[in-house]
Amino acid sequence: MDYLYLLATLLFVFGIKRLTSVKTCQSGNRMSEFGMGLAILTIVLVMARSGVINWGVIVAGILVGGGIGLVIAKRTPTTQMPEMVAALNGFGGVASALVAMADLLLNRALEVDGVGLKDLGVVPAVANPATILVGMVTLTGSFVAYGKLSGKKLTHPFAGSKRHLLHAGVGLAIIGLATWLVMTGSHAQMTIAVVLLALLSGALGVFLVMPIGGADMPVVVSLLNSYSGVAGAFAGFVIGNELLVVVGALVGTSGLILTQIMCKAMNRSLGNVLLGGMGEETVAKDAKDYKSIKSAGPEEVAMLLDGAQSVIFVPGYGLAVAQAQHVVRELADLLQKKGAVVRYAIHPVAGRMPGHMNVLLAESDVPYDQLWEMDRINGDFKNTDVVIIVGANDVVNPAAREASGPIAGMPILDVDQARTVIVIKRSLAPGYAGIKNPLFEMDNCLMVFLDAKEALEGIVKEVKELK
Amino acid sequence: MDQYFPIIFVFVIASLLGFELITKVPPTLHTPLMSGSNAISGITIVGAIASARLGHGWFSQVLAFLAIVFAMINVVGGYMVTDRMLASFKKKSK
Repeated sequence: MDYLYLLATLLFVFGIKRLTSVKTCQSGNRMSEFGMGLAILTIVLVMARSGVINWGVIVAGILVGGGIGLVIAKRTPTTQMPEMVAALNGFGGVASALVAMADLLLNRALEVDGVGLKDLGVVPAVANPATILVGMVTLTGSFVAYGKLSGKKLTHPFAGSKRHLLHAGVGLAIIGLATWLVMTGSHAQMTIAVVLLALLSGALGVFLVMPIGGADMPVVVSLLNSYSGVAGAFAGFVIGNELLVVVGALVGTSGLILTQIMCKAMNRSLGNVLLGGMGEETVAKDAKDYKSIKSAGPEEVAMLLDGAQSVIFVPGYGLAVAQAQHVVRELADLLQKKGAVVRYAIHPVAGRMPGHMNVLLAESDVPYDQLWEMDRINGDFKNTDVVIIVGANDVVNPAAREASGPIAGMPILDVDQARTVIVIKRSLAPGYAGIKNPLFEMDNCLMVFLDAKEALEGIVKEVKELK
Repeated sequence: MDQYFPIIFVFVIASLLGFELITKVPPTLHTPLMSGSNAISGITIVGAIASARLGHGWFSQVLAFLAIVFAMINVVGGYMVTDRMLASFKKKSK
């Protein structure tokens, strides 16, 4: 049986490896799915042989959980996938915490009065509270991230030094409770300690993620993903299962690396994200104060496009929300037929997750060679006739070039260098960073205040009529 | 040797492997990779199933049931969402 675990582990390792390349990613995911199936089958076989298997709980749990997972995955629109990943991750974390809690009740040795976790050895004594802490932080942190990604404004109740005091207080209380949980020999006290520990850990997760700005959520989700792996590994220590330890550790550390890669793409350090550099939700007072805005309708845009030799689309979250990926492709094809060079400029953190735009545009079969990453295309903007920004904001905000400010130093797409910039956006509302975008006031910028899909459909129609 | 030595040994080696496993990822794959490894972190399902044992109090089995439900949501939802993301790449590479 143990060898089946080994096989499952290998499948996970190669599965993750293959997920890092476009060519092999699908087979990679397939492998890891197979590994998961094998792992579940193995543990069920092991349990069945032990003779104490509680079939009712297992079958019911798998059916209910699997069913809910199925419905969630099927019903989630592409736009909401980032949020969904966050939520699913939270479920994994709480599952690990529950495993550790259940173990306190299942361990026969602990039933003897006067015997506590401390008597079981250092590893279980540390791993048990650690699993509950990390698991619960993952749960609540993920759900705060979920809320922020779906656009809810959640603000921390405390600010400044008060906030640090609160966090330190909660942290100390958690250490105190964990110590009590480990030292006590009474089952009743253990139960009280574990419940309080779980609640406080959950609160800590909320407090930690709340002050981090919405634009940084992808990094947070990635980090929490790493946490849920760590929680799994700790749960493996609690119940003495090597597979859990190995796979949990794998996800934990590879998730950390991925988090770092993502931070790099945003030109920020992890510490900076977590302590909230852009984090503080400082919606600038002048965020809605715009002078000299020029707005245009689809008709004028179509006329501009008629003579354009080169066009670059800059997709953002607005494209995803409006589900406009197919229309954008239609317009691109139309312009190409008229002889224009059409490309898409993909900012690493456009949308709500790195790679979000790639996934979306891939859905409408946009040719791969038309997707240009930021570094490759940035020098080309000055030779471009028309840039069409579809529902993006912060990633094209020239304010990032200034020395200070919430998004200072973030790499942006240099769209303002193009001859004409068209911004399709429903309103002048600020983006995630909550700041004003001076681009909108520039002379070469035209605003189209419409939903992305509506606007693009209108432009397509007008362009066709011009022929 | 401490009875926990092997498992700690394995933990350390696996952690190192995790660090080395991912070096370069194209930005296109950041989200799918995150989603895929999120599904893998549902491996805690193994611990959840191992907790479903007869002969203990009902409350422990309620916890086991909830753990299985949550872990399964993570596993099934995670893999299906990842598959959906990756499916869109396949069409393109043909």
